[in-house]
Amino acid sequence: MRLNTFIALCLLPLAIVVGAFFVLPMLRLILVGGSGGMGLSAYAAILTEPRFRATLINTVVLSAAVTLASLVISTVAGLFLQRNRFPGRALLVAMLTFPLAFPGVVVGFMIILLAGRQGVIGQISSLLTGDKWVFAYSIQGLFLGYLYFSIPRVILTVMAAVEKLDPSLEEAARALGASPWGVQRDVILPALKPAFVASGAIAFATAMGAFGTAFTLATNIDVLPMLIYTEFTLSANIAMAAALSVGLGLVAWAALALARTFAGNTVAAAG
Amino acid sequence: MTAPNATSATSPHGVTVRVEACAKTFGHGARALEPITLDVARGETLVFLGPSGCGKTTMLRIIAGLEKPDAGGRVLFNNADVTGVPIEKRNVGMVFQSYALFPNMHVADNIGYGLKVRGASKAERKARVAELVALTGIEGLEHRRIDQLSGGQRQRVALARAVAARPKVLLLDEPLTALDAALRDRLRTELDQLLRRLGITTIYVTHDQAEAMALGDRIVVMRKGAIAQIGSPREIYFTPENRFVAEFIGAANIVEAESRDGCLLLPGGKLALRQGSIDGKATAMIRPETIAVIAPETAMLTGRIDAISFIGDRQRLIVSAASHKPLTVDAANSLQLRSGDRIGLAIPPDAIRILPPERSL
Amino acid sequence: MPNRLVFSAQLLFTLLVAAFLIVPALLSMLAGVTVNYFQGVRSGLTLQWVMQVWSLYADTIARSFVIALATLAVTLIVGVPAAYALHVRGGRLARAVEEIITLPLAIPGLAIALGLLLSYGGFGDFRRSWLFILTGHVVFTLPFMVRSVMAVFSAIDVKTLDESAASLGASPWRRFRNVIVPNAKPGILAGALMVVTLSLGEFNLTWMLATPMTKTLPVGLADSYASMRLEVASAYTLVFFIMIIPLLVAMQLFADSDRKEQP
Repeated sequence: MRLNTFIALCLLPLAIVVGAFFVLPMLRLILVGGSGGMGLSAYAAILTEPRFRATLINTVVLSAAVTLASLVISTVAGLFLQRNRFPGRALLVAMLTFPLAFPGVVVGFMIILLAGRQGVIGQISSLLTGDKWVFAYSIQGLFLGYLYFSIPRVILTVMAAVEKLDPSLEEAARALGASPWGVQRDVILPALKPAFVASGAIAFATAMGAFGTAFTLATNIDVLPMLIYTEFTLSANIAMAAALSVGLGLVAWAALALARTFAGNTVAAAG
Repeated sequence: MTAPNATSATSPHGVTVRVEACAKTFGHGARALEPITLDVARGETLVFLGPSGCGKTTMLRIIAGLEKPDAGGRVLFNNADVTGVPIEKRNVGMVFQSYALFPNMHVADNIGYGLKVRGASKAERKARVAELVALTGIEGLEHRRIDQLSGGQRQRVALARAVAARPKVLLLDEPLTALDAALRDRLRTELDQLLRRLGITTIYVTHDQAEAMALGDRIVVMRKGAIAQIGSPREIYFTPENRFVAEFIGAANIVEAESRDGCLLLPGGKLALRQGSIDGKATAMIRPETIAVIAPETAMLTGRIDAISFIGDRQRLIVSAASHKPLTVDAANSLQLRSGDRIGLAIPPDAIRILPPERSL
Repeated sequence: MPNRLVFSAQLLFTLLVAAFLIVPALLSMLAGVTVNYFQGVRSGLTLQWVMQVWSLYADTIARSFVIALATLAVTLIVGVPAAYALHVRGGRLARAVEEIITLPLAIPGLAIALGLLLSYGGFGDFRRSWLFILTGHVVFTLPFMVRSVMAVFSAIDVKTLDESAASLGASPWRRFRNVIVPNAKPGILAGALMVVTLSLGEFNLTWMLATPMTKTLPVGLADSYASMRLEVASAYTLVFFIMIIPLLVAMQLFADSDRKEQP
């Protein structure tokens, strides 16, 4: 058997599985999206129909806010953990990365336990102020939930990038007389930029498409995945659901593709 | 590599290799090799020498069967066309630059893999592995993991593995490049002895001219995908056919000057040429070690020492005002010389090689 | 000393972030074994909720394991040879293929699930079986296996190993068995852990693909969050943690040992 034949044989199962269960369904989705009562204008409706547009803007703003917050939080914590060695550090790192593989529904439940009707935050606040804070089912709850699953991902990327930083860069800057803050601003943060772009894109794409958390928390919050779900199951508006899914997929994919052209390395979202 | 009971014959074996009009153009249109034809004799060691990107590795990979030549090119082993035969059926032994030892097998299994693939019995394999372990001097390492070996040991294992199944031709791709300088020199000598002892047809690729000189029966100097010169190490060194070869091998002074009446006319005097020189513009090649330093009063050519670097076994002078460009001269380390001294230079006519007019490559 | 202050401030901040992530997880574990969460631990500890979860949802747990292992099997059979072929073949085509198979990482699970439903929802028997969920899980996890194995391949220059095995006379299939797969083991193992962990926790796709007869663990979780008392939901979450934490720990250890081996 020739090498080329063997390579073709190796790729055959992949071609079948990916072709039948991914490429074909995606094409079908795109087709169906344009086949409803509105035809291809269903795609335009994502932007023109006020309800859809508001939801899209909601989702993008929420995802962007979550991305920014996770970047800031993870950079502070990640730099600290990578730069200092102290007893209990490994445990702390494990705690920060352990929710990495939690499904969205579980994350939603975590937020309920934090900020739901029997949540700790409510208990503490009623002790302190006499006022019971319950916000799990609001947009703040959703924000907290997205933050919950974004932080571990971003922290891992930031820590890996800090580890790879050439220490002589910092030493050189200090030898040239830069202050500690100047070193952070002029040397460390710019060097970490690719990691920020990469992990930020992952966080953004994941937040855009997150369904489980929204599903568990959302009583009345409109985010895109929930909208798709309700269009599909409750309104049985299959064409619109398909069009919205295609739109959502495009936004998420574009964020990652954009990040990859900027950051240069391979970026992937999960969950 | 100094086992006393050297195996098998010292008589040449293996196959003759013929490369016929082999060119190689890669997918994106880059021409790696111009059409090349050459023959390798049975038992000969042929070295492909050239700077990186000259096409030497591509040539080796075509002979190995890892690359296909462009249409029209053929590779023949013992006059049988093997162009369409994949590498696993060509029965070649190959040593890769990175050695490519299998990390999942220990040393003995690496060496015995070719035999195992060919269905040799366990006993047969064991005997042959023991023989090669002795031959390459790696006794006691048989059950080591690959990552427990030093660079030199890896090189020996790679060589032992390549020859274990008695290939028809041995192919080595920069096998010493991954080693540090001192070890490289030692292993070069050992490799030379081993290749002579094996007597197998060997094709060797390197960018290191010292390696090429030491190991090659013949050297193929390559440049930009084409052959610049083929010849024995002496021919290549003393009678380079063009400026590229002259400058690539060893140190060379290239002197461009007017030749008249059997002499080369230079700013600092003149140089007698061999009989039969032609008048007109000439490009001459002079090796630094062929230039003798003599008293300026008696010399036909004089110059001034600009710089001296003491190398140990000799001292290297940069001499100006003799030729249009400064000359490099290797003088005996016992001569008392100083920068700024005026000296005379003597060069035997036989040591001055007039290069043929340059063809544009 | 300002340095001391900066250190303490950063430590405090990091501890707060860790608390945000860990406290709710600990609370849910506690709630799962508390008689009455509203009254707190004073009401006593019990396994009754865990038992109740077991009797209600044992089938979803078993199904999740079956699906995770089947997903692993398929991704191994499909992904490892593909990773090899893509690595050895290289070039523009290989990059395009890699791009396509990693798309499911960017495209939300909901969209993939919709596409699968629209394409195969009409095949009743298939739609109703757990194999339908399997297809979604395979599409979603396959890129992790392929990338994990490809990362190892480029780290050890498997192409040259392959060529050297070929020069010794081994056929492509023999090389694949003797050289490629054994040396890809770290990548295969890391990929396998990832695939099983992701499959066990997958919800976005599964919620759409599952039927009442083919619920998986996370689908059951969503059910219990919506309709059960907090203690039962917590107990179920506890069961999920018990299953998934060993996998996470294994992944962490694996990543650590990997980092130590490559200085």
